[in-house]
Amino acid sequence: MKFELHRGRGVGNTGVSPFMHCLRGLACLGGIAILLAGCRLDMHIQPKYLPYEPSNFFNDGRSERPVVPGAVARGQLHTDELLYTGRENGVVSDKFPFPMTRADLERGRERYNIYCTPCHDYTGNGQGMIVQRGFPPPPSFHLDSLRQAPAGHFFEVITNGFGSMYSYAARVEPEDRWRIAGYIRALQLSQHAILQDVPESDRAKLTENQTKAQGHAAAQP
Amino acid sequence: MAQIFHHSTNVLSRLSIYGGVFIVALLGAALYEIELSPWYTDVHVSREQPVPFSHKHHAGELGIDCRYCHTSVEKSSFAGVPPTQTCMTCHSQIWTNSAMLEPVRASYRDDKSISWTRVNALPDFVYFDHSIHVSKGIGCTTCHGQIAEMPLTYRAGTLYMSWCLDCHRQPEKYVRPKSQVFNPNYQVPDNQEQLGRELVKEYKIQSLQNCSVCHR
Ligand code: HEC
Ligand code: HEC
Ligand code: HEC
Ligand code: HEC
Ligand code: HEC
Ligand code: HEC
Repeated sequence: MKFELHRGRGVGNTGVSPFMHCLRGLACLGGIAILLAGCRLDMHIQPKYLPYEPSNFFNDGRSERPVVPGAVARGQLHTDELLYTGRENGVVSDKFPFPMTRADLERGRERYNIYCTPCHDYTGNGQGMIVQRGFPPPPSFHLDSLRQAPAGHFFEVITNGFGSMYSYAARVEPEDRWRIAGYIRALQLSQHAILQDVPESDRAKLTENQTKAQGHAAAQP
Repeated sequence: MAQIFHHSTNVLSRLSIYGGVFIVALLGAALYEIELSPWYTDVHVSREQPVPFSHKHHAGELGIDCRYCHTSVEKSSFAGVPPTQTCMTCHSQIWTNSAMLEPVRASYRDDKSISWTRVNALPDFVYFDHSIHVSKGIGCTTCHGQIAEMPLTYRAGTLYMSWCLDCHRQPEKYVRPKSQVFNPNYQVPDNQEQLGRELVKEYKIQSLQNCSVCHR
């Protein structure tokens, strides 16, 4: 017989018939495959909730449970009236609950640019991209009425919304709301600044730019 | 004993033995290809969503910052998909008659969540955290691709272990200045190698390869 299985190597020595070996191999492979498949599901989809995962245990289908009304988490008892409501003794306050440092204003600018510019635009003139697409225009921050509004008013508007503007309380922390209010103040100043507001040391820079601009304009035919 | 098989069958038997090697190799190659194919990895395959939300429109053309909608991405492990209220900050006033937006309005009316279909998902045995990546200068588009050009969101990377490790081994190939993390139009500069090495030093980025970093 010229056609034979090479029984000698490995398999034959163990005294297991090739047929059985084959069967075992298959069984092993099959078993591993089944086990692997089992493992995949077990470990890939574990019996735990990930953020936002739906649940069929609770009636509303949400795995994250709303806080029981009236419950206060440790460290969440908001007793500081000014910091959390923008008011003092019930009156809208013009004071900031903490001093506005440069870092606070930088943070305020960042938050303002994320959450407010779509409508109020980068300078606060109320002509943002969404307004250009048909959103009712908000008032400019440079109107006298808003320049005279107390800082707490901006805090309140972000917290509670105003007219057709929704509340941003869910997305902007109270401290950041104050920083945005501080930044709006800075914006308001920037649009109404006079030369005397600029530190003496920096005034030369302004005139420098001016002469450059004039030189440029003169060069145009 | 009379011969059962003709002499020529020897060729067949040899062919099938050697051929087997190739068949196994071919099978391997095919499996490898399948594992990396969009059919298996979902890369570049957009999903059916309850509302055909377009990042191209919102993040690209309107230039809305990622954080306007994915608010928690800087602070927590998950980026989160925006609640209906976020959509309604704009869509309570504009495109209020659009049929496409009816599920959004219905969700707001009835206080029912919109169930978005996940695009990127890791198996539960992998731990991933957005905030550390974002705060160490890894941009959204590095992992999620040109999101500002996607009419419907699709997955841009395989999310395989090798995909993660490729960066964890050499973060200098991908890191960008922190100010550019949320910029969807960031272009990798020509001097990435040099810039990357400087940033890795400045941001004190470690090369995390220990198994327990991701499997904990
Ligand atoms: C989706 C568009 C939109 C966004 C985003 C937005 N606003 Fe407004 N905002 C408006 C509109 C519209 C009004 C006018 C509302 C009205 O008069 O009914 C308004 C009004 C205001 C006012 C004026 C209230 C008054 O006394 O007249 C302030 C202050 C204000 N917004 C601050 C903010 C701040 C701060 C942010 C960012 C956290 C912000 N807004 C984000 C649309 C927006
Ligand atoms: C106007 C709101 C909005 C803005 C702005 C926005 N997104 Fe999204 N994003 C969504 C919604 C809604 C979904 C869920 C639907 C989907 O997958 O397309 C989503 C889904 C995603 C997903 C896929 C999530 C998953 O299921 O795996 C990624 C990744 C993503 N966004 C990244 C970004 C990045 C990066 C930016 C900034 C360039 C951005 N988004 C800006 C609303 C927004
Ligand atoms: C900051 C404002 C803003 C937010 C927030 C916003 N959108 Fe939009 N959306 C727009 C604008 C503006 C358009 C119109 C685009 C244009 O004019 O090209 C639009 C268009 C759309 C359209 C196309 C409508 C149509 O009929 O063609 C859909 C769908 C949509 N948005 C879904 C959503 C969803 C879902 C969300 C919440 C995750 C969302 N949008 C949040 C501003 C917004
Ligand atoms: C290092 C790579 C990486 C970076 C950088 C990254 N993501 Fe992700 N993102 C992922 C992975 C991986 C997942 C899937 C997570 C899971 O399944 O647990 C994901 C999931 C998401 C989701 C789906 C919801 C969720 O939270 O799981 C959104 C939305 C998202 N990313 C948005 C963003 C935004 C916006 C940025 C930029 C600020 C960003 N991602 C940066 C890798 C990244
Ligand atoms: C483009 C680069 C990049 C990719 C892709 C990437 N990472 Fe990272 N990852 C980083 C950097 C940078 C750090 C921060 C290292 C440090 O702490 O200095 C990090 C840190 C981490 C940490 C540590 C967080 C902690 O709290 O200790 C985990 C976990 C992690 N990554 C998981 C993943 C997983 C899982 C994936 C794939 C789905 C992934 N990463 C893909 C760059 C990346
Ligand atoms: C940077 C994060 C990261 C590190 C570090 C890491 N892994 Fe993974 N690992 C992953 C991800 C992501 C997956 C899921 C890939 C997928 O979806 O197929 C994975 C999958 C696996 C799987 C496959 C499980 C299965 O059934 O598909 C094994 C086994 C594994 N890892 C072992 C290890 C070991 C051992 C180490 C240490 C040498 C390690 N990993 C380090 C991210 C990581």
